[in-house]
Amino acid sequence: MADQSVTSSGIYVRSEFVNEIGVAGTGEVERRLSVFERITNIDPLRKFTILIIMVVVWELYARIGNINELMFPTFSATGAALVDALVNASLLVNVWNSLKLLLSGYAIGISIAAVLVILAVGSRIGSDLLTTLTAMLNPLPAIALLPMAMLWFGLGPGAIIFTLLHSIIWPVALNTHSGFQSVSETLRMVGGNYGLRGLKYIFKILVPAAFPAILTGLRIGWAYAWRTLIAAELVFGGQVVDTSGQLGAEGSTSGGLGWIIFENQMENQTPYVFAGLFMVILVGITIENGFFRNIEERTVRKWGMQKS
Amino acid sequence: MSENAVETYVRPEFENKDLGKALDVDVERPLSVFERIANINAVRKFSILLGLLFAWEAYTRLSGVEPLLFPSFSTSAEALWETILTGEMPAKIWVTVKILLVGYAAGLGCAAVLLIWAVLTRVGSDVLATLTSMFQPLPAISLLPLAMLWFGLGASSLVFVTIHSVLWAVALSTHVGFMGVSETLRMVGRNYGLRGIPYIFKILVPAGFASILIGLKVGWAFAWRTLIGAELVFGALSGSGGLGWMVYEKGENLETTYVFAALFMVIVIGLLVENVIFRNVELRTISKWGMQR
Amino acid sequence: MNDTATGTAGQSPAVPTVEPILDVSGVTLQYKTKEHLITATYRVDFQVFQSDRFVLLGPSGCGKSTLLKGVAGYMRPVEGTMKLKGRVITEPGPDRVMVFQEFDQLLPWKTVKQNITFALMNGGKCSSKQEANDVAMEYISKVKLERFEDTYPHMLSGGMKQRVAIARGMAMEPDILLMDEPFAALDALTRRQMQEELLQLWDDTKFTVLFVTHSIEEAVIIGSRILILSPHPGQVKAELNAHQMGHGDVGDKDFAQLQEKIHAMIFADRVLEDETLPNG
Ligand SMILES: Nc1ncnc2c1ncn2[C@@H]1O[C@H](COP(=O)(O)OP(=O)(O)OP(=O)(O)O)[C@@H](O)[C@H]1O
Ligand SMILES: [Mg+2]
Repeated sequence: MADQSVTSSGIYVRSEFVNEIGVAGTGEVERRLSVFERITNIDPLRKFTILIIMVVVWELYARIGNINELMFPTFSATGAALVDALVNASLLVNVWNSLKLLLSGYAIGISIAAVLVILAVGSRIGSDLLTTLTAMLNPLPAIALLPMAMLWFGLGPGAIIFTLLHSIIWPVALNTHSGFQSVSETLRMVGGNYGLRGLKYIFKILVPAAFPAILTGLRIGWAYAWRTLIAAELVFGGQVVDTSGQLGAEGSTSGGLGWIIFENQMENQTPYVFAGLFMVILVGITIENGFFRNIEERTVRKWGMQKS
Repeated sequence: MSENAVETYVRPEFENKDLGKALDVDVERPLSVFERIANINAVRKFSILLGLLFAWEAYTRLSGVEPLLFPSFSTSAEALWETILTGEMPAKIWVTVKILLVGYAAGLGCAAVLLIWAVLTRVGSDVLATLTSMFQPLPAISLLPLAMLWFGLGASSLVFVTIHSVLWAVALSTHVGFMGVSETLRMVGRNYGLRGIPYIFKILVPAGFASILIGLKVGWAFAWRTLIGAELVFGALSGSGGLGWMVYEKGENLETTYVFAALFMVIVIGLLVENVIFRNVELRTISKWGMQR
Repeated sequence: MNDTATGTAGQSPAVPTVEPILDVSGVTLQYKTKEHLITATYRVDFQVFQSDRFVLLGPSGCGKSTLLKGVAGYMRPVEGTMKLKGRVITEPGPDRVMVFQEFDQLLPWKTVKQNITFALMNGGKCSSKQEANDVAMEYISKVKLERFEDTYPHMLSGGMKQRVAIARGMAMEPDILLMDEPFAALDALTRRQMQEELLQLWDDTKFTVLFVTHSIEEAVIIGSRILILSPHPGQVKAELNAHQMGHGDVGDKDFAQLQEKIHAMIFADRVLEDETLPNG
């Protein structure tokens, strides 16, 4: 073959070649980033720095702006209040009071939702009944039922648990049911193939297969319940002020977090209000990151059922 | 392959020559009218709804339950009709919806500003991530006492908590949506020469819309719950307000039929927003674009 | 290849019994959609015997998958009966394990090994975990996936998932293995390899399999006997022998002839259908 030529069809034909890889130098193949670059690439570190900066700005603003402590306390005053409330005013007992209500409501609510969904899996009428009920009741904020609940169950934990149930049952049932319905036909047939029937079929095939949806439902249920609880405790606070005090008379260890916030507000203890809010955030983050994130890592992420 | 023949039971071949002659079976036949009606979802659900209402009415009439504790459907419906006619209900609805709209819009505005900053700079992105992880778990309603301290017993306190309830849900979900936009689509956008704000609105927003819509829905759900709750608390203190306050006030005065009427309106508004507004947005965007998972 | 048994009625001496494993007679299967009743197969008869590699072949939509679902017990026939070892099939069960075309047939929340042990334990095949583990490992090594026993399905390739599904099906040691186009979603190279592996596994254990495909070549390679279905609604068109053909024969004259014959049968129906269509 000629070295280089133009064929009749107009193609520029070049000579073939094969390179010896790795003989010549290849320049810088890999280089570590500078220390500074590497430090700024650590995500938690950057976020922590931002947190610190925000705290400093808050402190400076409250001090230099000469803001009335009743309106906007400094960070240090808030911190001191938090420590004081934890040590002297049994803030942890209040947190536990809230969590106790929340957990019992959550457990009962999930059980009721499970029963509803199991009934719905069995028959078309059950399924229709559940979808109609959830469509009607899910958009109704649970807290709006509190006045009726107080009428039915009196001023006490019964009324709060009732509203909590309402806030949990519908999102959990809705998501679980729609999760079940979107389990692929193939997986259903595989389950039937193993001879699984009834409850076994539901718990060994449908539940894990629909787990992403169920987890979403549990999260929404938790978020609604947490918000409802705080709101309900605030309303009870309002009640107590109105009717000059059945709950308040028992002393501050009997109320929950929402109640503590309300009470301190009424007594113009703004740093303690902030301390209460701080605890609310802390509980929220703990449950979200400590609990749900963990479940998610161990299930849907490990199984590759959820991206990112 | 001869050992296969040992294992296999070999039978004669055959061919069916009669195929193609007329079949005495319907290959495809419409179902009966009754079956088809029973297959329409809306019809079935509507009948169930009627059945539930009927059961409610029958229960209250037959069991002799105290009407003050649990009114019948018919008296609640009458109360609803009456409050609509007297203009009390529309007025209350308007008070609530106005605050909701203002709060929702302002919340979206704040979220948009934060998000733009987050997309353009890494500091912005970190600030957004830190703020959302802090404030997303904080129920907006718990800020109500502070809001009342800062803004007084007026509508602005309610707007403040509504903003708070919308802002973080939307910001979080949208940010996740933006980060999930594929590298390919980003490069396509860059390829068109898009930068900054146009890049965000022409590439990131539509590409991350599935996630944004989830954020909008969650934001709405939180805002609606927060606002009704806030009106309950707030009403108890200030003695005026919208739907939430109506629920509370009528409950206090033991006018339970009116409580049910107000609850009924709360449900109707919720259904309207979820099944008309969001459903439509969804149909016109991600469903049409085939982006739904 | 020059097997003379072809064409003569069941006189193969080595067969211990001539009782069919699966006896399908006069089976009509129908679907109900929201608005229509659709007949998928019409009065289909066939019999599957011990160690058959019985292939259902036919044009798309002729009801092959439907027949398989019927045999698996997911659908009741509106007429006719299906009997497995003499018992009428009424519901799904572990004596007929199905391998699907879809990759999502593995339980995503179980590892490769767990997928198989789960099936063994729940299908009543094994009572102890230890026993199930041993059986699972045996079949995992049969499909050459030892390295992936603790991997979750989402980290496997399509062909590997299919191999797990096959291993799972065989580990259950069902009376009959039902395979619905198990290789259809694979690339050509992997498919060829999987066909070979399947035949090798069959040489090992001589399982009975009912295999659905719409590739004529695959039918001839895999099948020992081929049932040809007419287009929608599926009726039996013919039953042919192909036990004498394997991978080694691709391109042979006999192979090509058989392929040609099957092609003609399916194609003839097409023409017929086109001709009869306008008349209704
Ligand atoms: N779930 C269903 N509902 C209603 N009709 C169905 C359903 N599944 C299949 N059919 C109809 O039944 C007929 C047979 O379908 P089937 O899936 O058995 O075909 P197939 O032979 O497996 O085709 P392919 O080779 O494409 O897989 C088709 O005409 C189809 O329209
Ligand atoms: Mg098929």
